Amino acid sequence: MSHDISEENLPESHGDSHGHAVAVHDDPFADPGLPVHEPRRTDIDERAAKRAERQVSLMFVISMLATIGFIASYVIFDIDKIVYIFPLGHVSALNFALGLTLGVALFCIGAGAVHWARTLMSDHEIPAERHPIEADDEVRADVIEQFRTGAAESGFGRRKMIRNTMIGSMALVPLSGVVLLRDLGPMPEQKLNHTGWQVATPQKPLQLINVNTNEPMKPEDVIVGSLTFAKPEGLEEEAEDFQVQIAKDALMLVRIAPDDIKDNESRDKGFEGILAYSKICTHVGCPISLYEQQTHHALCPCHQSTFDLADGARVIFGPAGHPLPQLKITTDEQGFLVATGDFDEPVGPSFWERKR
Amino acid sequence: MKKLSARRRHPLAALVVLLLALATTGGLYAAFAPAEKAQADTSAQSLAIDEGKKLFALGCSSCHGLNGEGGSDGPSLVGVGSAAVDFQVGTGRMPAQQPGAQVPAKKNIYSQAQIDQLAAFVASLGPGPVTPAKEQYTATDADAVAKGGELFRTNCAQCHNFAGQGGALTKGKYAPSLEGVDAKHIYEAMQTGPQNMPSFPDTTMPEEQKKQIVAFVRHTTNDEPNPGGLTLGSLGPVTEGLFGWIFGLGLLIAVAIWVAAHTTKAKKS
Ligand code: FES
Repeated sequence: MSHDISEENLPESHGDSHGHAVAVHDDPFADPGLPVHEPRRTDIDERAAKRAERQVSLMFVISMLATIGFIASYVIFDIDKIVYIFPLGHVSALNFALGLTLGVALFCIGAGAVHWARTLMSDHEIPAERHPIEADDEVRADVIEQFRTGAAESGFGRRKMIRNTMIGSMALVPLSGVVLLRDLGPMPEQKLNHTGWQVATPQKPLQLINVNTNEPMKPEDVIVGSLTFAKPEGLEEEAEDFQVQIAKDALMLVRIAPDDIKDNESRDKGFEGILAYSKICTHVGCPISLYEQQTHHALCPCHQSTFDLADGARVIFGPAGHPLPQLKITTDEQGFLVATGDFDEPVGPSFWERKR
Repeated sequence: MKKLSARRRHPLAALVVLLLALATTGGLYAAFAPAEKAQADTSAQSLAIDEGKKLFALGCSSCHGLNGEGGSDGPSLVGVGSAAVDFQVGTGRMPAQQPGAQVPAKKNIYSQAQIDQLAAFVASLGPGPVTPAKEQYTATDADAVAKGGELFRTNCAQCHNFAGQGGALTKGKYAPSLEGVDAKHIYEAMQTGPQNMPSFPDTTMPEEQKKQIVAFVRHTTNDEPNPGGLTLGSLGPVTEGLFGWIFGLGLLIAVAIWVAAHTTKAKKS
């Protein structure tokens, strides 16, 4: 902010133009000043002012009534009552009444306030003058002098040790905040590395249970072009931690004609073309199962990561960092599809301790 | 013997011989052919197949080949079954109007009788899912909608949206809205997996569950009241946000402008 903002642009130096008609013809750049103040109807006519006053109060009263209506409809209307209201169709009577009354209550307060301000509150133009915000030179010189003296007296510039240790201590203080982050919760430990499939072993394999039927599946049940969701045997929906578990264990099963599978390792992990992939996106963990049976692409609805299930679930588009983990499956002696171990990498999004 | 040879020249002799021959072949066929095929070979059925073959030659063979064997423009239809034909033709997807990422549904130009004939012909090419009967897709149990809702959210909602309104897939493909779709067609789509939709065979999703899903879809997209008033397409945050920003804020801005611009000066009022 400098002093050479010309003083004459400030309104005060044109004080005499206040309240006068603009009629400066000789200087086209002159400050036109403020327009003449014109009184409102309510300023000059006491009856109009009284009417406006009544209007404002009326709106506030309507608002009060609407609020009472809100409370009343909350009590009166049954939560499942459905009524037909033209153009909306069949709507819940309660929702409609609550929305309408609250809307009216708020609108009338606003409208009343605006009407009040426009008709009754004083409407005289008030210029707010701007001044430079700098202190004057004398004060500034004094402050700078004090700062210099203080710095010299503290010996800050001379006593390097004090200065350095101080900087050090200031830099370290924020670390305590970082430590406090530890309070955000216990570390997940091994929970992210393993899923419910980890209890499976080649000797004691775990059956793949179809989430629709709650039954184990045979390979012939899963036809080419079909999509099936599976969970590990023993995980029941009634279990207390079902949601926590299924968030890691969920599988999607697709069957691809073995010749169409491009990735050999992936083909070997599957069983006769049946591939079991984790349903959890490797980006931030949305469930993905927008499977296109002709292209074998699976799309994540959250950020459009696309995985090619025919090619080891390679990421072909989007932000996901690595392919979907695939569960190795085979059949047990009764011919049901089983897993003999866990995924060989953590499912879902990346995290720091992740090995691969 | 004499009598027989005497009648050999009788005008009806040829007919008698033909009938005898037909009866023998038919009997032998019935005895040796696999059971379900024999049943399919009623004359009405073979008539339908013949008619279907003609319709097929006219409407479908340019892409799918004269005998449904497939070609560069269309897949083989061997083994797709009558359900697939009933769905594709019944929803107007086939014959396709143009190649592209996805064949859209359009007005169906075939009568149901013609569709059945086409379906009969395609079904004769190889066994596949059969057009369902009405009892197969009409749920009767009271809690079908609730159970179907659960199944829908597990198996279908990821593509077709929680309210069956459909959604986008990759590269121009999309899951169509299920609003107004025939119960039969919904059932057939699950059975056959049309275009890029995966199929849900009876082995992984039994008939009973398909019924429930159909009941839920019909209920949600057609009859369910809408508690909040405007659905805004039941698409969720996108349309709601757009509505809020454009209409809500737009209205506020308009009011603010009106309040500021509309003078209450005495000389104008
Ligand atoms: S969570 Fe799947 S793409 Fe972001």
